[in-house]
Amino acid sequence: MNEMNEVRKPPVATTGIIGWLRINLFFNWTNSLITLFVVYCLYQFIPWILDWTIFSADFKYNYLGEQITNQEMCSRNLDPENGGACWAVIYVRFYQFIYGFYPKVEVWRVNLAYIMLAFALLPLLYAKLPYRKYFLYFTYIFPVIAYFLLNGGLGFTEVSTNKWGGLLVTLVLGCTGIALAFPIGIMLALGRRSKLPVISMMCTLFIEFIRGVPLITLLFFGMVMLPLFLPEGIDMDGLVRVLVAVTLFQSAYMAEVIRGGLQAIPPGQYEAAKSLGMSYWRMNLLIILPQAIRISIPPIVNTSIGLFKDTTLVIIVGILDLLGIGRGTLADTNWLGLSYEIYFFVSLVFFIFTFGMSRYSLYLEKKLKTGINMGAD
Amino acid sequence: MKKLLSIFAVVAFAFSAHAGTLDDVKNRGFLKCGVTTGLAGFAAPDDSGEWAGLDADMCRAVAVAVFGDRSKVEFITTTGKSRFPTLASGEVDMLARNTTWTISRDVNLGFEFVGVNFYDGQGFMVPSALGVSSATELDGATVCIQTGTTTELNLADFFRLNGISYEALPIETNDEGKENLFAGRCDVYTTDASGLSSTRAAASNPDKWVVLPEIISKEPLGPLVRHGDHQWGDVVRWSLNAMIIAEELGITSENVDAQTSSNVPEVLRLLGVEGNYGEMLELSNDWAYQIIKQIGNYSESYEANVGPDTPLEIARGLNALWTQGGILYAPPFR
Repeated sequence: MNEMNEVRKPPVATTGIIGWLRINLFFNWTNSLITLFVVYCLYQFIPWILDWTIFSADFKYNYLGEQITNQEMCSRNLDPENGGACWAVIYVRFYQFIYGFYPKVEVWRVNLAYIMLAFALLPLLYAKLPYRKYFLYFTYIFPVIAYFLLNGGLGFTEVSTNKWGGLLVTLVLGCTGIALAFPIGIMLALGRRSKLPVISMMCTLFIEFIRGVPLITLLFFGMVMLPLFLPEGIDMDGLVRVLVAVTLFQSAYMAEVIRGGLQAIPPGQYEAAKSLGMSYWRMNLLIILPQAIRISIPPIVNTSIGLFKDTTLVIIVGILDLLGIGRGTLADTNWLGLSYEIYFFVSLVFFIFTFGMSRYSLYLEKKLKTGINMGAD
Repeated sequence: MKKLLSIFAVVAFAFSAHAGTLDDVKNRGFLKCGVTTGLAGFAAPDDSGEWAGLDADMCRAVAVAVFGDRSKVEFITTTGKSRFPTLASGEVDMLARNTTWTISRDVNLGFEFVGVNFYDGQGFMVPSALGVSSATELDGATVCIQTGTTTELNLADFFRLNGISYEALPIETNDEGKENLFAGRCDVYTTDASGLSSTRAAASNPDKWVVLPEIISKEPLGPLVRHGDHQWGDVVRWSLNAMIIAEELGITSENVDAQTSSNVPEVLRLLGVEGNYGEMLELSNDWAYQIIKQIGNYSESYEANVGPDTPLEIARGLNALWTQGGILYAPPFR
């Protein structure tokens, strides 16, 4: 007889959507209660936030159809019953949020630099890029190009950094800080583990000193005290001084992160490399660092995200980054009282950048399989 | 800290003392003026990125006096903490950053306040529903107060003097004070009167809030320069005075051209038709004419930035001319 035995299906309650719901959301009665409570909160909150941010919000025109040029014309100020967020302030001030006070005729230079930054990052972020080698050459010379583009020189009119602001300053500080801190951090980490006492002591001192003071202190040091130590006539740019402070700060943290990675490499790796006759630098560059950096990816991204957000502290020394422009806008008598809109927008921009960084690090971890335990086998 | 600052000031001064600031500014081709990072009515970037406000006008007036061009100024943003070191180290030529003139700042920090462009003072704001018309009626009220400031001490003094009690709700920032007052967590918010006005203007319904008439402290705000460079101090001082005198004499940006053929001697002296007052300051002889033409007199600047027709709605009060019940007074132009 070819009659098949009837295959028993798994119980309905453990498969499909219902099974997933049972296991994850309604496993026992406390679990179910919490689920119901959260669903209720979301039900209360989501329609309200959607209504405020989108459906009842003004984007450029108020509900009378007039173009909004100050806060009194926002729907919600004309009629408190009518209207949500007043995004017109972002619309009107968008240029300042993105470029600061950069002269309008020269702004193509910033745009070009933004586009080139994307192309420079591409080969770093995506290893399978066709012609990656040539793209990498471009990445190496990009900082030089960006400097002349943004600052001027080589035939471009000079735009003093005092006119930079908004996202431009945030990105310049964030990207330069992260990019410079990485090599410096590696050198410091290697230096701290060095067997030469002078080098190891100097690196340790540097790292511990920088980590021992808050970033604000370093910013003040760079802004206020550095000019007093420099010989007269050397007028160091304000933004450069802040960049120095931010880079020093970030390198110290990066060094400790990478040192953590170095310490996780089993001694066998060092011994194997040495037994092959490798020099110190060859051993580190080819054997140790690639493994150490690979396992340090999560904390590296972590400190980088931290730095990106810390750049908002430059408001303390009077540089108007994205958040600073937001606060400046709030101080304009035309836009008084729109703090919810402005802080919402600023946090959204920061979220987009930091969330992108964190997602990319997850992708990198998966690709490099950092979860695999390297030492044990 | 103050001692340290004054040492910096002295060191910075020793480095920069050799040349006059006026010559430095002329050689550079523009004025570097320190302003706030944004304070409603005093200095804030407008929609086109131009700095506007009472303090910004002060900077522009000096730029006009030196160059005859209101655009020859670079605004350097400074915070409450960074303003003095920035001025001391020579990074800015002057500060117009609503800074209170006090003896320690004038003497100990090594700066020179050249005048007052806004008389401020600590005031109180309450909901109009509270039905209070004077601060002496605030017995037992909950007061939102920024901790660690002179406003806190002034408040304690005022209530003790009047024999009434209050309960303090400590806050950190102006925004926090605003939110607490609007949410009803405190009955009264106290800070400088100009700050109260901008808080009131930010409310969804400003008419629901009143600023009480009592002003309990002196906060004369004015431009300042480094100690020791009197020539430069004179330029800034008389740029401010020129705007005040212009209001006294009724010269505005609109009628200034007609006024050059006036028969009032002081008008002619101010506008550079008679005398060589510009030369004394090492400026062109029409410097004051240009200030009035391009910036306006004090009243015009006040009305445009903080006056009753702006959202801030700050009445002239103490800032009216001495002839009109205020204390605004400039030495004679002769």
